[in-house]
Amino acid sequence: MAFNYAEYIRPGKLPHIWCPGCAHGTVMKSIIRAIDRVGLEKDRTVIVSGIGCASRMPGYVDFNTLHTTHGRSLPFSTGVKLADPGLNVIAVAGDGDALAIGGNHFIHTCRRNIDITLIVFNNNIYGMTGGQFSPTTPHGKLASTTPYGNPDYAFDVVELAMGAGASYVSRSTAYHAIPLERQIADGINHKGFSVIDALCTCPTTYGRRNKLGSAVDMIGWFKDNTVGIKAAGKLPPEKVEGKILTGVFRKEEKPEYCDEYAKIIEKTGGRS
Amino acid sequence: MAKSVRKDETVVTEYGDRKINVITRYCKGCDICVAFCPVDVLEMKDFKVHVARIEDCTECMLCEVRCPDFAIEVVGSGKKGKAK
Amino acid sequence: MSGKDVFYQGNEACAEGALYAGCRFFAGYPITPSTEVAEFLARRLPTVGGAFIQMEDEIAAMAAIIGASLVGKKSLTSTSGPGFSLKMENLGFACLTEVPCVIVNVMRGGPSTGLPTGPSQSDVMQARWGTHGDHPAIALAPDSVQEIFTETVRAFNISERLRTPVILLTDEIIGHMRERITIPPEGELEIWERPRPTVPPDQYKPYDISEGIIPPMADFGSGYRYHVTGLNHDETGFPTNNPSLVQPEEERLMAKVTENLDLIQKYEYFEKPKARIGIVSFGSSARSSRAAIRMAEEEGIKVDFLRLITLWPFPTDAAVQMADKVDMIIVPEMNLGQMIEEVQRSIAGKAETVGVNRVDGDPITPTQILDRIREVA
Ligand SMILES: Cc1ncc(C[n+]2csc(CCOP(=O)(O)OP(=O)(O)O)c2C)c(N)n1
Ligand code: SF4
Ligand code: SF4
Ligand code: SF4
Repeated sequence: MAFNYAEYIRPGKLPHIWCPGCAHGTVMKSIIRAIDRVGLEKDRTVIVSGIGCASRMPGYVDFNTLHTTHGRSLPFSTGVKLADPGLNVIAVAGDGDALAIGGNHFIHTCRRNIDITLIVFNNNIYGMTGGQFSPTTPHGKLASTTPYGNPDYAFDVVELAMGAGASYVSRSTAYHAIPLERQIADGINHKGFSVIDALCTCPTTYGRRNKLGSAVDMIGWFKDNTVGIKAAGKLPPEKVEGKILTGVFRKEEKPEYCDEYAKIIEKTGGRS
Repeated sequence: MAKSVRKDETVVTEYGDRKINVITRYCKGCDICVAFCPVDVLEMKDFKVHVARIEDCTECMLCEVRCPDFAIEVVGSGKKGKAK
Repeated sequence: MSGKDVFYQGNEACAEGALYAGCRFFAGYPITPSTEVAEFLARRLPTVGGAFIQMEDEIAAMAAIIGASLVGKKSLTSTSGPGFSLKMENLGFACLTEVPCVIVNVMRGGPSTGLPTGPSQSDVMQARWGTHGDHPAIALAPDSVQEIFTETVRAFNISERLRTPVILLTDEIIGHMRERITIPPEGELEIWERPRPTVPPDQYKPYDISEGIIPPMADFGSGYRYHVTGLNHDETGFPTNNPSLVQPEEERLMAKVTENLDLIQKYEYFEKPKARIGIVSFGSSARSSRAAIRMAEEEGIKVDFLRLITLWPFPTDAAVQMADKVDMIIVPEMNLGQMIEEVQRSIAGKAETVGVNRVDGDPITPTQILDRIREVA
């Protein structure tokens, strides 16, 4: 049965601004279905973003939505969540937004383990500003500001989140939109900071410049170049080499920030 | 017999209880649904998706799930595909 | 009911004033000479069911208080020079999205790391124009520990009522100075709340100005689902680049301030009969000015005194009143001449002006000002 997206999309806001074949829309749909799957109350859910193509997502969906400044979705989210821990807070960000200008907030939110779910729309490029390299642009790839190939090395979002202490860390792709939905739902249900690395595509500024083919080719690439971590353990090494691992990398019960702060309020005799 | 009718912005293609709706104004013609339909139900026509062989549809929902533009929806009959 | 007398540092009075005003959320990042505001609230906020958080930097702190304010909590951050610079982008976000919040800047010497422990008043213009783009600005500059308390309360009140950020500019001297103050009993000082919607959620538009230029603001989570963006937006809150909508909205943001000068502007004018000299000053320099005026009077020189409590919007009328009477206006300030330019602009040549300026980390002394008075007398 068709999923009733209309229940979650603000009337009159479609079609969205994203380019033909931009996978941001696919990721947005996975988020909507995940929210539906978990059954979050719209009035009690806040979706926060920074700046970028990905960060336009909250404008389309019928929740309390907050489109902030470049890189700052997490500290805004932190203010919202700590001010009212009963709210469900979901942050969305592009890879540049989350990891370059927002990189400091990213690692500290991981460390703090506050109950926010972050979905990184990871398209390996700065889409909105026309294709400059981002912290997840692979070494050697072309961008408008790396015309001779990217001399930088990319962050691995999953490793970065794990190293910084996030308690739920997973990765999926726009090709794997259903597993992605499941991970997002899992992340929302997880009490603590959840990072979902959603690999997606920017055919317009990244695909074209790097001759990665059409939007279809780029989505299809995920099918052929990813391996689930569970399967990877059972496969011969040559089948895993060079592939991107997907799946849930960490799901750990760990004291959550607002819960810890509630204890402080209780200890000091405070009441809300 | 499959038939297609346009209702406002939506082209509805029906086959028994199965319906595939295409909201043409939203469709950006990216070809993603067409390329990944496991049974070749869909085609591109004038830069928009066209439901060519609804009778083959297995109602796997993958076109709907992957379409970035909310442009295609599959309303299932519960019966998967035509008898082969 | 009488109040409670305490011996407080300026920064503590600020924190206490915030609590009195109903502040229930603080986010900050340590920086001399403002840190005591944060330390005080780290102890006290949980005891009233509020929340304190030390963020990873000042950008994050500014972001967090805006987030908390959107949920309906009165929110504060405190900082000094370098941190104030970092807050600027999100300060502009609060201006454009009309989210109430209070920012305390305990001024220290700059630019850059400057003089971390030295007093200064060199962020006057940054408080006005620090964030990019045209925007409204409100800045208050108390000159005593008691006044830090009351002006902090007023900062929250104004911010809530006008839905715009308010900056409290203090400096290292009054921030760290200890004085006996009275904390008024609950209810003695008026506390204002932001306008909240009276219409049901389905009729709510976040920037609806049909009832006046301050649109009612719904708390996130209270059933009014709406969109907040730092892009120019229409009354529904969604982005627009329609020139006929953008221009009036930008002008309305300014009008919130210019149409409420009575609410915001506060100053003291001490007049001496037949004075030909006037002083305009604020903050800790006003304390030295007051002493200098007494010393001058002992020498037979009469000096009028305009003490600004509100720096922005600048009390132009008060400056003009002085310029209409005196020949010479002295402007002592711990910077190389910022407020004096605003005085000059306001009085448009009606009187001469001269500064007393100091940026070496020591306060302007009464004798320094007295010397200037003698020079121009
Ligand atoms: C402080 C600041 N610096 C720079 C910009 C310009 N800018 C807007 S979006 C963007 C990059 C967006 O890239 P990413 O976060 O990867 O998201 P995408 O557009 O690819 O979805 C930049 C640099 C800005 N808006 N604000
Ligand atoms: S520029 Fe790239 S990221 Fe932005 S909408 Fe287009 S395809 Fe998507
Ligand atoms: S539901 Fe599956 S089989 Fe049917 S058209 Fe869509 S992708 Fe093809
Ligand atoms: S995936 Fe969606 S937008 Fe792309 S061609 Fe198919 S229906 Fe159109």
